[in-house]
Amino acid sequence: MVLAGFTRPDSGRLTFGDADITLAAPHKRGVGMVFQNYALFPHMSVNGNLAYPLKLRSVSRSDVESRVSRALDMVHLQGFGDRQVDQLSGGQRQRVALARAIIFEPRILLMDEPLSALDKKLREEMQIEVRHLHQRLGMTTVYVTHDQREALTMSDRVAVIDHGRFRQIGRPREIYERPQTRFIAAFIGESHFLPVTLRGDAALLGGQPLMLASKPAAMAAPLLVLRPEKLRVLAPGEAGAGLNLLRGRVTELVYQGESTLVYVDLDSGQRVAARQAASASAPPLPEIGGAIALGLAPADTILVPDAPA
Amino acid sequence: MSTVLAPNAEALRTAERREGLALGALAAPGLLLIGIVALAPIVWLFWLSFRTGDAFTFEHYVRLLHPTYLLSLRTTFELTFLVTGICVLLGYPLAYLTAQVKQRTASILLLFVLFPVWTSLLVRCYAWLVLLQRRGLINTWLTDAGLIDLPLRLVHNFTGTVIGMVHIMLPFMVLPLYATMRSIDRDYTRAAANLGATPTQAFWHVYVPLSLPGLAAGIIIVFILCLGFYVTPALLGGGRVMMWSMQIERNVTYHSDWGAASALGVVLLAMALAIFWAVGRVIGFQRILGGR
Repeated sequence: MVLAGFTRPDSGRLTFGDADITLAAPHKRGVGMVFQNYALFPHMSVNGNLAYPLKLRSVSRSDVESRVSRALDMVHLQGFGDRQVDQLSGGQRQRVALARAIIFEPRILLMDEPLSALDKKLREEMQIEVRHLHQRLGMTTVYVTHDQREALTMSDRVAVIDHGRFRQIGRPREIYERPQTRFIAAFIGESHFLPVTLRGDAALLGGQPLMLASKPAAMAAPLLVLRPEKLRVLAPGEAGAGLNLLRGRVTELVYQGESTLVYVDLDSGQRVAARQAASASAPPLPEIGGAIALGLAPADTILVPDAPA
Repeated sequence: MSTVLAPNAEALRTAERREGLALGALAAPGLLLIGIVALAPIVWLFWLSFRTGDAFTFEHYVRLLHPTYLLSLRTTFELTFLVTGICVLLGYPLAYLTAQVKQRTASILLLFVLFPVWTSLLVRCYAWLVLLQRRGLINTWLTDAGLIDLPLRLVHNFTGTVIGMVHIMLPFMVLPLYATMRSIDRDYTRAAANLGATPTQAFWHVYVPLSLPGLAAGIIIVFILCLGFYVTPALLGGGRVMMWSMQIERNVTYHSDWGAASALGVVLLAMALAIFWAVGRVIGFQRILGGR
């Protein structure tokens, strides 16, 4: 909303390249936007919607026609030009909205939760399509989403925003594997946290030193991040050499098809979760109440400060 | 291949049919009332307009071609067009403002719009008389302020009738417009701006077309109410504004000529239907009647 010019920022500056556009009117920004509810004009046909930005720019009639048909090609809607907006399905409207946002060749494309109104299957299809389109056009795209998985799949860079501030900006892998704060670790993916004490270069969990891939940075109130899929359920009697070990009792087993989520109450009292892939090669899971040992590789042993940065 | 029906399919279908009948029965009293109170008199009116004594006749309609009636028709249409036009010009911006502000402020504005509707029509007309007459408030103020030397002729003529009618009709324009405008998503004008439309362009290209159903509804209501209006022209027109409705009243009270009055009524009804049809042709009936 701020980028498109509909909301004035409380503070700060907004620049596209060298141009300061903090106070520029929305219609002068040349930013394409896909609205959450698409905002296709119901009193115009698909062609009318697509031609509208071109007409405003006094593009010649023949140019308008060829560009509209090219845009329809691009979103695989050939032959839909004469349809009214209310004759389109949700996925088709989504495509028209996307085509309308890029037809006037904006410098930046904004997408405000564009897929949130679609059902899961269609959403995943559209994610791939939007990505392909993005690769073909090479247009800088700002994609707003609350769906963390979508953020990770769609992006080259992810910015996690909390209360109007960037909390961490980085590649999807960095954001997921190397969260900088508890907020990021909790926001992306399911995580549990255990308090750790730092003593020099050693991190102690319940008095036991943890094996780490690198020296821990000094931080206030460090926490160990435990993601379910990083914890390996050890077979009975397996030593788990080279892994950080957590012991406890199984309190709940949730079968989810491709994997089973194992909730464990550790001996120290905290609850964590481990995900075990559904595979015959995985060790059998203990019954509820049974003793269990979980292993965590040093490379996956991540510490974050409790307080937001 | 025959479809295999579950054993209770027949029972389910009976239940559904019974539900449909029950709904129909609920609507019956309303339909009956409309039939007796509205439709039957119209049929009776139609019948009367073609009768003289016991014979069938076109006499009542032929008489309508007399210059007095034609003048009345002209006055009626002039007044109706003018009042509807002014209502659009005043009502659209008012409804637009009301639709843009916060809900709380909008409620207060709507209260101002609705308030006159809650007072008697007669009271409002006499109030205008007090304001507009030769020695009324407005003329007194203007002469005292030295802006005019002679009092303006504001009432007992066409001008006064228009002023009074606009005041009375304005809510009927504003309310349907406001309802339609409230339902226009802000994102439409935002999208237009995002695509490069100046605020003025966005307004004319997107907002106005989307508000047309409300405008059409307002125009139809005001237009049809104006066509048959009686009280205000009678009070504020001072006998100089001869409306179609007054001709009906005259034929009934002075001449007891029900045939002529009926013919006038039928013509009025036909005109109202014609307006509805014409606007419907432009905007689409479904959009006026609430569908989208």
